[in-house]
Amino acid sequence: FYYSSCVIQLPVITSSTIVRCRSCRTYINPFVSFIDQRRWKCNLCYRVNDVPEEFMYNPLTRSYGEPHKRPEVQNSTVEFIASSDYMLRPPQPAVYLFVLDVSHNAVEAGYLTIVCQSLLENLDKLPGDSRTRIGFITFDSTVQFYNLQEGLSQPQMLIVSDIDDIFLPTPDSLLVNLHESKELIKDLLNALPNMFTNTRETHSALGPALQAAFKLMSPTGGRISVFQTQLPSLGAGLLHSREDPNQRSSTKVVQHLGPATDFYKKLALDCSGQQTAVDLFLLSSQYSDLASLACMSKYSAGCIYYYPSFHRSHNPAQAEKLQKDLKRYLTRKIGFEAVMRIRCTKGLSIHTFHGNFFVRSTDLLSLANVNPDAGFAVQMSIEESLTDTSLVCFQTALLYTSSKGERRIRVHTLCLPVVSSLADVYAGADVQAVVCLLANMAVDRSVSSSLSDARDALVNAVVDSLAAYMSTASNLQQSMLIAPNSLKLFPLYILALLKQKAFRTGTSTRLDDRVYAMCQMKSQPLVHLMKMIHPNLYRIDKLIDESTIHVNDRVVPQPPLQKLSAEKLTREGAFLMDCGSIFYIWIGKNCSNNFIKDVLGYPNYASVPQKMTQLPEVDALSSERTRSFISWLRDSRPLSPVLQVIKDENPAKTDFFQHLIEDRTEAAFSYYEFLLNIQQQICK
Amino acid sequence: MIAPGIPRAAPGPPGPAAMAFTFAAFCYMLALLLTAALIFFAIWHIIAFDELKTDYKNPIDQCNTLNPTVEKVKKIKRVKIALKLVLPEYLIHAFFCVMFLCAAEWLTLGLNMPLLAYHIWRYMSRPVMSGPGLYDPTTIMNADILAYCQKEGWCKLAFYLLSFFYYLYGMIYVLVSS
Repeated sequence: FYYSSCVIQLPVITSSTIVRCRSCRTYINPFVSFIDQRRWKCNLCYRVNDVPEEFMYNPLTRSYGEPHKRPEVQNSTVEFIASSDYMLRPPQPAVYLFVLDVSHNAVEAGYLTIVCQSLLENLDKLPGDSRTRIGFITFDSTVQFYNLQEGLSQPQMLIVSDIDDIFLPTPDSLLVNLHESKELIKDLLNALPNMFTNTRETHSALGPALQAAFKLMSPTGGRISVFQTQLPSLGAGLLHSREDPNQRSSTKVVQHLGPATDFYKKLALDCSGQQTAVDLFLLSSQYSDLASLACMSKYSAGCIYYYPSFHRSHNPAQAEKLQKDLKRYLTRKIGFEAVMRIRCTKGLSIHTFHGNFFVRSTDLLSLANVNPDAGFAVQMSIEESLTDTSLVCFQTALLYTSSKGERRIRVHTLCLPVVSSLADVYAGADVQAVVCLLANMAVDRSVSSSLSDARDALVNAVVDSLAAYMSTASNLQQSMLIAPNSLKLFPLYILALLKQKAFRTGTSTRLDDRVYAMCQMKSQPLVHLMKMIHPNLYRIDKLIDESTIHVNDRVVPQPPLQKLSAEKLTREGAFLMDCGSIFYIWIGKNCSNNFIKDVLGYPNYASVPQKMTQLPEVDALSSERTRSFISWLRDSRPLSPVLQVIKDENPAKTDFFQHLIEDRTEAAFSYYEFLLNIQQQICK
Repeated sequence: MIAPGIPRAAPGPPGPAAMAFTFAAFCYMLALLLTAALIFFAIWHIIAFDELKTDYKNPIDQCNTLNPTVEKVKKIKRVKIALKLVLPEYLIHAFFCVMFLCAAEWLTLGLNMPLLAYHIWRYMSRPVMSGPGLYDPTTIMNADILAYCQKEGWCKLAFYLLSFFYYLYGMIYVLVSS
């Protein structure tokens, strides 16, 4: 199941008693039953509890004796303000630490300017209150700390070169209060990009820098943001290049999908224990063993950003993406020292969790940081017979500290019916949730067993579910391929998954790209993940003729979705592909010059530059319509996508065409062939 | 017809065959003691995993909180201690396989071979880690891995109990028939 990510009106309850079931500790929710006015029956464990006296009074309507009208029982998503029983220690302040790679490679790539610029712009918008703290560490073959004590005339750099036994040079003033030392921080950010321009250091001591960062953050907890541009080559946690470039198109075993060392995993577990999350920004142009580095974020509830072939001047699309991502990253809401527990009705049990966190107990997840761009998936299994229940409920409770230092509990409750016929089960299937859960399971299987196993399992999932449907729920003959209405796109999505970077074989895929796609599968929310798997294709050169809707005084055209096949692309048209985090606009060779002039601002096809990333504001109806369509698409998601205009000779063209999943390639089936394959397997 | 008066051969000094008897008896005795230790390890293993698993059945307690309490962290640590017991268990078992090899007790050796092979396979296919050990704290909570470890614990306990009685019988047999 998935929830809409924008909860517009979140009821916040500040009462002194939080009503919970006495045996299973479930929070009271809209799906409990009240037995007379004084007792309620838990919907998860069926125990009868008493309604406390304070609960009988409803503060909103000022009436007494109607506990079922209270906001906790009227809304399935509520937020409680937690009392001190829910705190192991006073709520922590927001603490942000930035660990920056300043080796020669990093300076060449030029990311430091973008990061410092972004920080300067967003320093006031970092979530937090007056206690917010910030610190910086830079590293190449040694680790550099910055003393930002209020009262100094300029920031002071302290270098520690003993990386085998890293220590903190001063006990405090490395993590300083943001408001008190703001001037010093701004000076440092202005000076940082220029401080290392002539560096000759090529090594990167990431491991020791992380150990130092952990030491610095242990007392409070918070967030560490690591920027890395190459393979760590010095000190603890050093990694070797494991990728064999000749194996990129291998159809057989894909190796090295798992970590090479458990240094980063252990570090992540230590950080998780001290309520610190580690976020990784990997900006490298060569193999950097993301499979090992990703562990630092996966188990500490961090997030991973990857910019392959990053270079500030040669690759402006990636530079722009970094800028946009940083803006969102620095200003989005954040929660600290969180734990999440998922409870379900008696008879069901939770089997496996997918996402970036540490599983502390059978249903308790430890999340050092919570952010709104993370998604989680859960597998549950039916342990007992549910024949005499008609409803099952799931409740997720997240206990966290908001950035303003308030301890809160957000509770979501979901209620689902129990049906007794297979046809009803199929009718209620949510194909997108099914595909995303299968993607998560396939990632786990690829790492623990092998990629070909995972691919076979994905195909078997389609075959088994459609075979079961055909044999039990429908009476038609066996020679045709039948799918229920809810699952009619299931084979298409699975084919898209098999052609995704994470799981494809036979097409040259860099190992880091593949591992990053796998990390995304496990940590993205559903809406984003579906766009990644199956992008949306629209024709945009005839937008004036399309039907429109009115949104906030803007006229937004609604072109129909096209099938992802080159058959739909014509040389006379221009097409927009929405892949979630990136938009591709493909212009056909014979596209009308009016479109090119009005929308792109160039007189003809040949003059359109190779690396166009923005649409100019031209005073023409088609330009206005195109821009309003694109901004409508952009507004509907939190992460702002980058735009790339592709002509026929652009190197990004391969990316665009790889997303046309219904077509046949040398290594994979077309959609029609895939359906035939499934039919053969079912009717075998 | 045997003529009377032919003297029977006098029993000679204890030859090499007789030495093997007492060495085999000694092996069985040592194996008996060490199997007691192995049974203890198997029981510890079962208790550690059972506690990890039943954590979610939260009994009516006075603490009233949702936080992971300090005990739960200790339980994961107990699993880490359990994995420190894994290597001694495998080494002890390998040690008496070697002993039985020296004592030429082929039947006993044959019965222990499958377990030795299983131990070697289990150790070879453990997750990547820098120290010795079998269990990864990040994946141990997956229901299928947890169930597998529990089953393994019970099977091993049954096997060690049976071997305990077998060695007891073997020791008595070897002592009596010498």
